[in-house]
Formats: sequence, C-alpha cells, structure tokens
Amino acid sequence: MSLFSHKTIEKNSILLVVLSLLVVSIGGLVEIAPLFYLESTIEKVKGMRPYSPLELAGRDIYIREGCYNCHSQMIRPLRDEAERYGHYSLAAESMYDHPFQWGSKRTGPDLARVGGRYSDEWHVTHMKNPRDVVPESIMPGYPFLATTALAVPNIADNLIANKMVGVPYSDEMIAQAAADLNTQVDPDADDVDGLLERYPKAQVRDFDGNPAMLSEMDALIAYLQMMGTLVDFTSYDVDANKR
Amino acid sequence: MNLLWLAFTIFAALLGIMLSAKAVDPGMMIHGMIFSIAAVISAFAIISRHYRSIQAPSLTNGNGDVDYNIDIIKAGVIASTFWGVIGFTVGLVIALQLAFPVLNLDLPWTNFGRLRPLHTSAVVFAFGGNILIMTSFHVVQRTCRARLAGDLAPWFVFWGYQLFIVLAATGYVLGITQSKEYAEPEWYVDIWLTVVWVVYLLVFLATLWKRKEKHIYVANWFYIAFIVTVAMLHIINNLSMPVSFAGVKSYSLFAGVQSALTQWWYGHNAVGFFLTAGFLGIMYYFIPKRVNRPVYSYRLSIIHFWSLIFLYIWAGPHHLHYTALPDWAQTLGMTFSIMLWMPSWGGMINGLMTLSGAWDKLRTDPVVRFMVASVAFYGMSTFEGPLMSIKAVNALSHYTDWTIGHVHSGALGWVAYISFGALYFLVPVVWKRKSLYSDALVNVHFWISTLGILLYITAMWVSGILQGLMWRAYDAFGFLEYSFSETVEAMHPFYVIRALGGVLFVIGSLIMAYNLWRTARGDVRQKEAGHLVLNSEMVGARS
Repeated sequence: MSLFSHKTIEKNSILLVVLSLLVVSIGGLVEIAPLFYLESTIEKVKGMRPYSPLELAGRDIYIREGCYNCHSQMIRPLRDEAERYGHYSLAAESMYDHPFQWGSKRTGPDLARVGGRYSDEWHVTHMKNPRDVVPESIMPGYPFLATTALAVPNIADNLIANKMVGVPYSDEMIAQAAADLNTQVDPDADDVDGLLERYPKAQVRDFDGNPAMLSEMDALIAYLQMMGTLVDFTSYDVDANKR
Repeated sequence: MNLLWLAFTIFAALLGIMLSAKAVDPGMMIHGMIFSIAAVISAFAIISRHYRSIQAPSLTNGNGDVDYNIDIIKAGVIASTFWGVIGFTVGLVIALQLAFPVLNLDLPWTNFGRLRPLHTSAVVFAFGGNILIMTSFHVVQRTCRARLAGDLAPWFVFWGYQLFIVLAATGYVLGITQSKEYAEPEWYVDIWLTVVWVVYLLVFLATLWKRKEKHIYVANWFYIAFIVTVAMLHIINNLSMPVSFAGVKSYSLFAGVQSALTQWWYGHNAVGFFLTAGFLGIMYYFIPKRVNRPVYSYRLSIIHFWSLIFLYIWAGPHHLHYTALPDWAQTLGMTFSIMLWMPSWGGMINGLMTLSGAWDKLRTDPVVRFMVASVAFYGMSTFEGPLMSIKAVNALSHYTDWTIGHVHSGALGWVAYISFGALYFLVPVVWKRKSLYSDALVNVHFWISTLGILLYITAMWVSGILQGLMWRAYDAFGFLEYSFSETVEAMHPFYVIRALGGVLFVIGSLIMAYNLWRTARGDVRQKEAGHLVLNSEMVGARS
C-alpha cells in the first residue's frame, strides 16, 4: 500500500472521532461565518427598531402557541408573493428576532406584512373562532387568549436578556419596560409620548376591545399589527445595497 | 463509583426542588418537580440495586462467550416501541386536526401549534433516538466482542434520555418552546440533553476501547459521526440567553438571517446525522446479519462514509431558497444537495447489493422485506431531496405539503422501516427466542403500513404541487386567480386521505407491538410453528 491506508483510522477511535469532527465542521464554517460580517446580512435599514415591551410579549405568545408551524414570515422575491403579501422581506426586518420566525410551511398565509391589513376587531373575532370570518380556515381557535391576563414575570428581564444577545435596548427602555407594557394599551396614559419616542410607530390603543384587562390577546394583536410596518418602502433604496 | 452516581442523583434532586421552589413561572415549577422526582427515584433505584447486591458484571460467562449487557437492549426495545406508537398516534391526531379543525378543541394544550412539535419530537427523538441508542449499544458490543462499558453509565444514558423526552414533551403541551423546528426544547432541557449525550459518547467510546477486534466495524463509524455531529449541532444551535435562571424562557443568541441559517444547518443535519448517518449504522449491521452475507463493498462503505458526512453539512441553505439569505449561500447549499445524491445512492447500492446471492430471502423472510423496502425508500427520498433543492423546483415546493410528503417518505419509509427490521431482528435475539411469534403478522404489518405510506406521500404530492400552482396562478386579466383561503379549501380531500394513511400506519405499529410482546413472552403462533424464520443466533436450538 501507499503512504496512507484507511486501516489506520479504522484502528484508532480517537482519530476517527477527530477526523469526523473536522470533516463535518467545514461546511458550516464556510456558509455561516460570513453572515456575521457581510453587508447584505447586517445592513441597517431605516425604521427598524427593537420590539416594544407589549409587542415582545405578543411575540412570545406567538412562539408559545407554535404559530411558526403554519405561518411564514418571509416573503420571497417572486411575482405572486409580492402581489399577495407585499414587498419581499429584507434581512434587516428580522434583525431583532431571537430567533427568526421565517417558518417553513404555509398552512396559513405569510404574516410578514400582516400589520394594518385587518382591524383589531377582525383579529379578535378570528382568534376566537377563525371560521367566523374565514369559513374555509383550518386554524385552531384561541378563545382563551382574550380571557387570560398577560402574565410576564418581569418584562424588564426579557428586555435585558435581549440586550445581552445584541438588541439595542437602552437603559431607559429597560427602566420603563413595565410601565410601557401598560401604556401601550391605554391612549390616555401619562407617558404615551415617551413610549412613542422610545418605539417610533408603536400603535397605542386597547387592542382586544376590553379595556378592563391587559390580556394575552392585547399583546398578540399588538405584535401582529406592527408586523412589516416599520420599514417605509417608499424610501427604501434597493440599489444602496448593491455592490 | 456508584457512590458518585448516588451523590449526583441527590444533587439533582436538590437542584430540582430549588428550581421548583424559586420558579418564576408555572413551567419551571412543574419541570423542577419532575426533575427532582426522577432524581429521587434514581437514587432509590441505585440504593436498592446495591442491597440486592448485583455483582459487577464479569466479562465472560461460563462458556467463554462475552457476557453482553442485554438488559439495556431490552429496555431500549420496549422504550422505542412505546414511543413509536405514541409518536405515530400524535401524528394521526394532528393530521386529523388539519382535516377537521374542530379537533383542536380550542384549548391551549391541544392546539395544532403545540402538538405538532410533540409529534415531530416523539417520532424523531423519542422513537428514533431510542432506536439509535439501543441499536448502537447492541452493535458496538457485538462488533467489538466486548461488554458495554460502564455499569450504571449506560442506564444513566437510557433513563436520562427518557427524562429529556418527558421534559420536552410536557414542555410543548405547556407552551414551552424555542420555536426552532426539531430544536424546540428550552435552554435547561438542552443542557440536560448535553450531559446525557456526553455520557453516551463516553460509553460508546469506552466500549470501542475494550474491543477484541483490531478494526472498528463500519456501522460504528456511522454511529460515531452521528453522536459527535449531533453534539456539535445541538450545542451551537441552542446557544441562548435565559431570561431568568428560575424561568423557562430564553432568547436565542443569534437573530434573523444568522439564526435562520444556523437553525437549518442544524435542522438539515438532524436529518443527515440523526435520521441518516445513525440509521445507516443500523443498515450496515442488521442487513448483513439478517441475510447472512458480508457488506457488498468495503471500499464503497469508506467512500460512502466520508463523502456523506462531508457533503451533508453543506446542504442546510436549501431550506432558505429565495429568502433574505445571500444568493451565494443558497446556490452553495443547492450544489451540495445535488452532489449528495451520489453518496446517498452509493450507500443504497451497498445496502441492497449486500443481498447478492440471498435475494430469495426477500420472498421467504418478511423482516428482510422491511429492510429492503427501507433502503428502497431511502433511495427514493434521497433522489427527491436533491430534486427539491433545485431553486426552480423549490420555488414551487417550498412552504407546501410536498415538503411534508418528502419528509414522511424518508421518515416512515426509511427510518421507521429499518427500525422495524431491527426490532423484529433484535427481540428474538435479546429475549433468546428461536423465532418471532408470527411471521405472518410481520407480513401484515408490512403491507398495511406500506399502503399507509403510499396514501400519505401521494396525497401530499398532489396537495403540495396543487397548492403551489394555485398560489402562483393568474387569471386572464393578470390578477392572482385564487385567494389563500381557496387554496386551503382545496387541500381538504388530501388531508383526509393523508389521515387515512396515518390510520393504517398506526394500526401496523400496534400489530408490531403485539407481535414483539408475544415473541418476548416466548409464544409461537401454532399455525406457523413449522415454518417460521429461525433466529440465526440460536440455530439448532429449535426442539
């Protein structure tokens, strides 16, 4: 035999482990590592901001109920998708999503730009029993969201954890988090202006039609109604990212 | 050594109680409790084992044969059969929910969004994982002619893994999830699995170090690649920041596009290394054993092994075609996915050609039929996969049921069938029976579940391609032809057919469970007594 024989590897378990690990590391390194410094994947786009505390709580409910199993949040640059859902999704639009919610299956429609498409009342009715507004729907009903008070042990901790993984929450945002959670469902609250300054374009109103309680439904609809509304595509410059 | 294990269980019990008492949310309270209960039971088991004074296992029994650890294999057979039936049944439930949404019951714990991860984890990790751990423990002992290393360590791997399954499954129902497909369990469950996995690797390696054979058999290469790579994928993909150390919630370290590719690098290689490399290990041991022929080509297995593990890891980006992932990464993922066709079929050929000179067994031995059909399904889905990874095809297939059909032709046809073959082979071997209880029932299981798979994947092909075409259909005026809800309505008949396929597959698995149970008891179906396929490890023992 020549210089090398596979028998060497077959007789040495450590060599087999080390070589296997080496061989399986290459692909991931080549494909994933560049994403942390390439311009197109870390570009900043005007309008993107961290989630407000209520939106973040709503997003956590979206994750808890497994909405990602049936809904994507990634519009592909294909003609029919642009016409059905809107402008194709930018990498920057999920830059604060830990983790991403792009999904892999559309048992239901894409939600990347669902914000503002339907009224709050439509969402409430739809969540309670989807077939009341879309007879063909096969979505489960979530009536319990409207009757369950939003219970987050300490919303500031959620912001802090996000900050530790890179979301630019300021100290002020963290300090005001608990108050902001309630302010966003109460247009008459004292610090609405402060909230809007911290989270531009945040929508402030009672979302679930029940001002008496801050419910999980409030949080989820606040999240749904802001989805895809942050970037103003009339001012987005596609060419600025070409190189 | 056993004292160390005892100290560990006591520490674990205290940790569980502390987490439960300090919990900031009900999820952690329940999981802390489950964890400490499991630890207390383990401590009790270790102590009572000591007082029953089970002797340290001798390396050989009286006849000079190796005294293999058979109890751990028996436990694995029972656990994987149990989780298999559960996982298939939950799959049937969620298939019915898609056909008849009223079955979601409008409750938090029963909606599709929470049950779907329960199904995928139950079949992939509970059924598949138990099969992999169990067969790897069997294969490594037999091919090394050495008893499994460790006394309590293998049992820690077994029960630790069952605890992982229970924590993951109860978590899903309670709404505890990271929302990463096939990596849903939260940070503390991930840490627990990491601990179990490291011990698993050590048990496996330590057994290899005791081997009486110079060469490490090819099946073990695949098991090693599976164990090591899954560890790497699991740790990196699950890096996250807990909101509180006494709470269940965490936020993933990566965001957006980086998080997407890390997840699908993990997700595709959960398929590549958990559901493929590990199960190829099963193929490389159990097919030659069952047909009593050597592996077709030694060289081909070397090429198969290294090319498969090298290429698979690149294929992740094909889950992200036309997304915000850069084009070059998508194209790279597509190219490697297509190249992957070659080692996949090389492996298939190596498996099938092992039957050279023994093809008659396909007619006479229904267990061989399961194994051969599984390799054939492997060939089919590893052809379909590269096809679907082509961007133009993917533009149509992505987000549709075609993907679901593809996954199930691999999962039901390949993974489950080779597992069934291994189970039918192993039960007579480890319970020391001359044959199965009934070969006819194996045959019924084979045909009923094959019919189920065919109904499933054909229904998903039609519904997937149909929905993909409907989404992109334009009318004469240049407007989109169908609303989204119209495309959902069109899926209904196929969802019913798919559920019917699921019913058949579940029935088949129940038939198998019954057959294995009777076999373990030592029963033989009287009608077939004269012509059952004999357990080759007990030849001549038939009276």
